[in-house]
Amino acid sequence: MSRTQVLKDRSMVLQKEMIARHFARLEQAPERHEPVVYTFVPGNLTELIRSFDALPVLPEINALQSGMRKLSGDYIAEAERSGHSEDVCAYVKCDIGMAKAGNIGPAGTKLPKPDLLLLSYTGCYTFMKWFELLREEYDCPAVFFHVPYQGDGALEPEHREYMIRQLREQVIPALERVTGRAYDEDRLRQNLALSALAEDDLVAVLQSAKRKPSPIDGYFGTVYYVGPMFSAFRGTEEGVEYYRALREEVEARADAGLGPIVPDGSLDEQRYRLVVEGPPSWTHFRDFWKMFTDEKAVVVASTYTKVGGTYDFGFRHDPRDPLGTLADYCSGCYTNLNLPSRVEMIARYIREYEADGFVINSIKSCNSFSAGQLMILREVEKRSGVPGAFIESDLVDPRYFSQANIKNRLESYFQMIESRRRGAAAGGGGAAA
Amino acid sequence: MRRTVIDWARELYEDLDFTAVHGWLDDHPGARAGGYLPVYVPREILHACGFLPVGIHGAGDRMEIIRGDAFYQSYICHLPRSVIELAQSGRLDMLSAVLFPSTCDVIRNLSGIWKLLYPDVYVRYIDLPQVPEPETAAAFYETELRHLVRDLAAVSDRLPSDADLRRSIALYNEMRAVVRDLYAVRRQRPWDIPTEELYLLLRAGEVVPAEAFIEQARRYLAAVEADPGRPRDNSRVVVVGAFCEQPPLGLIKSIERAGCYVVNDDFVLGTRFLGTNVSLDGDPVRTLADAFVNAELRTSVRYEGDACGKRRLMKEQVEASGAEGVIFAAPSFCDPALLDQPMLRGGAESAGLPCIAFKYSENTGQFQQFREQAGTFADSLKLWNAGAA
Repeated sequence: MSRTQVLKDRSMVLQKEMIARHFARLEQAPERHEPVVYTFVPGNLTELIRSFDALPVLPEINALQSGMRKLSGDYIAEAERSGHSEDVCAYVKCDIGMAKAGNIGPAGTKLPKPDLLLLSYTGCYTFMKWFELLREEYDCPAVFFHVPYQGDGALEPEHREYMIRQLREQVIPALERVTGRAYDEDRLRQNLALSALAEDDLVAVLQSAKRKPSPIDGYFGTVYYVGPMFSAFRGTEEGVEYYRALREEVEARADAGLGPIVPDGSLDEQRYRLVVEGPPSWTHFRDFWKMFTDEKAVVVASTYTKVGGTYDFGFRHDPRDPLGTLADYCSGCYTNLNLPSRVEMIARYIREYEADGFVINSIKSCNSFSAGQLMILREVEKRSGVPGAFIESDLVDPRYFSQANIKNRLESYFQMIESRRRGAAAGGGGAAA
Repeated sequence: MRRTVIDWARELYEDLDFTAVHGWLDDHPGARAGGYLPVYVPREILHACGFLPVGIHGAGDRMEIIRGDAFYQSYICHLPRSVIELAQSGRLDMLSAVLFPSTCDVIRNLSGIWKLLYPDVYVRYIDLPQVPEPETAAAFYETELRHLVRDLAAVSDRLPSDADLRRSIALYNEMRAVVRDLYAVRRQRPWDIPTEELYLLLRAGEVVPAEAFIEQARRYLAAVEADPGRPRDNSRVVVVGAFCEQPPLGLIKSIERAGCYVVNDDFVLGTRFLGTNVSLDGDPVRTLADAFVNAELRTSVRYEGDACGKRRLMKEQVEASGAEGVIFAAPSFCDPALLDQPMLRGGAESAGLPCIAFKYSENTGQFQQFREQAGTFADSLKLWNAGAA
């Protein structure tokens, strides 16, 4: 790995500016009478919210940012003191703790109270309880949008109609009530067209990891790349500009044969190509990433970066069918997929990105991801023939990040891949772990 | 008589080999058994399609878990690992179908594990209509149930007519009525129906035909009326949080022996999800869907549309059952129960209701701490009431 001066790419500058502007606008929203809608990343209806000139707030994003800024431990402690169990989702407790501590958001500015809680119930049971809790905290209206789970690996046409009906009969009227504006389908179509442009560029970025060396890190680096897409900027000109700039940078790196920018510089020499399943540990994000880069391991694809949409498998928002496309988007988010589909997705990534292995980061307080991951481990190993590693941590609860333990497991895992390579080279093949 | 019924129920509860289910299948050549996980599935549909509905509630504290632990990390609740242990040891091989209701993400993902492990078994995740608007919710659930009827009929080769479905609904209406009677008598005279016995009866009803349960439950009620007991100076409590992973029987006994009369609970909650009879008029699938959507039961696995609903719930339950306090008994790592608890407990305490909380696992083997905690709570309730008087 070459140690170079860390330069900010244009896309990084753009993203930082976009986020700062957004949070400044949020802080001023009450004075400017701009309505604020809290919603979740999976199944977010950003284009629709924006079409009412409302501003979205994503509580998971705030929680993970609090984790990265080392604030989450205190927020969680505050929530547990008020009766929340140590066993449940750390995002929820971090969010509740943040609200109780004055609701200062990740940019250091005060977050406004929601005018509406848009409970997009997509792929995570906890979402339902989270907004029941926030409804008590903020005493504001809530609207429920139920996205059926893909228990059989696909949804039926009537499921799609059910979602469209909810959008038409519940969600849109609720947005009309809190914003005082009428539903404008042309405006929604315009937003959706902008989303599709940005999605094309994002997919080009994600799929650049098929190159060798990969010009991106498909997990640690890509959580930054998907930030605007998963939060407030889908369906905006800013989002389109960001993804165009990002794509140009990544393609330039790929053409130059460069790897991604990682904590210590540019990871041009890549010894291991990996797929990762599960969210990262936000409280120790840099330390966690360095455990990979120290071993010259690059992540070429990940599932967590698909919780806000599985664009790389072809989905694009379609302005010709505005409500139908929102339903399709929501139902396809990663955590709304059943376990066999998740297994197939990981095996496909391993195959298409020519990965040497896969790592599952199992999150203590996230059952939507974690329940069943040991089954995923063995099924993916069986189907792909590559070995998997299993490590455990938490989203934003710093008490559950054991640095030495995780580092030991990863080091052992890389040694195992190395020894399989030697075995394959000596014997012309190798058995699956 | 009473002892005979309870012995019958206890034997069924303790039998992890599901001998009664095998016996029923032997007696009904060509028929099928269909399992379901907690909390609620419409058993009428299984029944109408020619299945014996079989509740899968794990192995409790009666089985050493070896294979199940290989499927779940330590921070996942205990129920799915014991369900896997039952399956991997061949004890659930008689099930031709297994239904996984939308209870939580663990049960949901277990449906995917089942699909991977047992591709020859019909597996269905049953989404619940969480939207608060009744018409939208009922239309969705009706679609889900029609899909279920079609699929189960393909497995059993028995497509039920509307008349078949109505007969099944009528049978389960009768079952629900008996359960309501049991709960009503316990609420009025908890000294006559110990919760340990009530619980054993409910669990027996999960593995035998509805007709057999109804007969035994009626015999039990008759025996109770024939030999009434004497009240003790116990405290009346509501137990909340045990709707999915069931507590070990020893825990229920410990609460009672510590001086508490349990006058309401959410054990085996699927038996009381529909609090009234399902209509026998109209389209039977639609009436089942309407019955679920309009059911008054409020519990953690359903979205609470009323912003003040969670805060009021414990007060309402305590008042309806004449209880004096609330015991929050939730399984470790249970998202629905534990995420609800701050809202429920906050509401209870705001209403001046005494509360205690503890966590358990279905295989918890030490009950001393629960007994001491419940005993202290029961004593404090008496002092509280004496002070209030």
